[in-house]
Amino acid sequence: MTSARPALTPFPYRVVGRTEETPDTAEIVLEPVASALPRFLPGQFAMVYAFGVGDIPLSLSGIGGSRLTHTVRAVGAVSGALHRLRPGETVGVRGPLGTGWDLPTAAGHDLVIVAGGLGLAPLRPLIRTALARPQGYGRLNVLIGARTPADLVCARDIDGWRTAGARVQVTVDRPDDAWQGDVGVVTTLLDRAGFDVDNATAFLCGPEVMMRATARDLAHRGLAPERIRVSLERTMHCGTGHCGHCQLGPLLLCRDGPVVTWAQAEPLLSVREL
Amino acid sequence: MTGDGTTAVIGTDGLDALIRILAARGRTVIGPTVREGAIVLAEIAGGDDLPYGWGVELEAGHYRLRPREDGAVFAHSAGPQSWKTFLHPQRERQWAVDRQADGALVVTEDAPPPPSYAFLGVRPCDLRAIGVQDRVLAGGPHVDSRYRARRERAFLVAAECTEPGATCFCTSMGTGPAADGGYDLALTEVAEDGDHRFWVRAGSDDGASVLAELPRRPADEETESTARRSVAAAADRMGRTMPPVDLQLLMRETLHADRWNDVASRCLTCGNCTMACPTCFCTTAEDVTDLTGDHAERWRRWESCFDLEFSHLPGGPVRESGRSRYRQWATHKLGTWYDQFGSSGCVGCGRCIVWCPVGIDITEEAHALNAERAAGAGPDEVPS
Repeated sequence: MTSARPALTPFPYRVVGRTEETPDTAEIVLEPVASALPRFLPGQFAMVYAFGVGDIPLSLSGIGGSRLTHTVRAVGAVSGALHRLRPGETVGVRGPLGTGWDLPTAAGHDLVIVAGGLGLAPLRPLIRTALARPQGYGRLNVLIGARTPADLVCARDIDGWRTAGARVQVTVDRPDDAWQGDVGVVTTLLDRAGFDVDNATAFLCGPEVMMRATARDLAHRGLAPERIRVSLERTMHCGTGHCGHCQLGPLLLCRDGPVVTWAQAEPLLSVREL
Repeated sequence: MTGDGTTAVIGTDGLDALIRILAARGRTVIGPTVREGAIVLAEIAGGDDLPYGWGVELEAGHYRLRPREDGAVFAHSAGPQSWKTFLHPQRERQWAVDRQADGALVVTEDAPPPPSYAFLGVRPCDLRAIGVQDRVLAGGPHVDSRYRARRERAFLVAAECTEPGATCFCTSMGTGPAADGGYDLALTEVAEDGDHRFWVRAGSDDGASVLAELPRRPADEETESTARRSVAAAADRMGRTMPPVDLQLLMRETLHADRWNDVASRCLTCGNCTMACPTCFCTTAEDVTDLTGDHAERWRRWESCFDLEFSHLPGGPVRESGRSRYRQWATHKLGTWYDQFGSSGCVGCGRCIVWCPVGIDITEEAHALNAERAAGAGPDEVPS
């Protein structure tokens, strides 16, 4: 039977929902078969195990009661197997692991949430949490960049976020014929975002090159590097600080991350192949 | 620990008795023994299995046994293995999963009864290495319970170092040649003609109770002072040194050094250093299924940061060049280990130097980095 050590031995979870998000990305909703894992915080991750194939770190794109939502892009053997799951099938889940976005420490601040591609998925619980308490924060900016309109994840959430008071801007690298919005990299949206650099916190998730460009831009505008949070990606085999794979200089990203401040990350990411 | 301070002197008969008593208490006794041209760590049954009269000749990329005239049993420095072979084995099953007919998964955590080891002849540098792995595998928020179970049940007999090798530098790392705790019994060998003996101290109640069963005589001042003198002399006979600087800072300030290109031109990225290192702990997860397709297992096995796949990401490995992989290993060992686990990851045992097929010497690399920093462009970045 399952052990009482949720970080080390997987808990069975059943797939209770699956939605195609983009041609290679699906959202899967999991429910505990028996015992539920402890509650996840926005930004934390789970190790999700596909039977016989292996497990990978996956952030939560939705947290509701004991239900866990993941947005999975099929890029490797394990993510491919998880992407193919159908309702009724069972996976193993370990967690919660790592650091979260730590939204409470941004209370009263303008929020600048910047997502690149699939990076919007781990930011979604953060956006939902902030929207649930609009009086707790200043202006809520959500800036989203995607390769093409078809690659946009969480697209059906965007109208609701706008209605709830968020200022959401979307840009794509390559528009299709129907696209009428912005074209270009996500940093081009920062000019139109409303935030007070002396009283704001930024949350960034996406490809490293996108986070680097965005964080530098924000820092250049005067936002303190300690107020810029980024979610970093390195390969992880254990999630518990024992396998060594997720090192980034002094950091073990499964333990000290994935969410770290730009003050921590900037000097490390500026060293090639660190 | 009332065992602290209990001392005695034993002879070679006492050493034989020690092995037999530990085995009689149900322990698997592991100690040094000669096999295939090396002193290896393996299960031993009595004093006859020990490498009496064997020493070793060490250099970068070089290891040879050589006979010793004094008949000493612990006058050989680190061999190809370390105690992690037993405490943190190369391959271990972590859990198994069975898929039921209805698709449900039943997860079973693997928790076999841990072996009860006794390690005989643990060098002070290796005692420190065990302490380092304790902090990595059992000192954080998540504990490797199989490691901890083996560790808690292990009985450690230290052998202080009186014969450092040409590749040793424990004095530089502050990890030897004296044992200063963390053992059940500590031995210091005095291999004098006609009176081959060992000064023994108990470091735990368990150690004291084993000592009480050995044929022994009271510790005499002459044995104790001879033993202390040889250990003190060993401190001055290290074949290698580290530069006498803050190594953590040196690693942090030389990430862009040219020296990494120089070492990369020699390094084969074979990973031998990581396998021989007594503190290297990295592992990879391995998932297997049986032929029925309904039974799967999770194993973990040793992995090396020199392996290209170690830093795999969908877009390609983070550390593709040999330069970045050697730098990862050395800066982790000497620098970022402090940030992650509160101590150096290097104990100065010299194994990585000996077992490198091209003789790369971490102390020489550190000296070169220090010289390049002193000569050069000044410090460059990366605060912790």
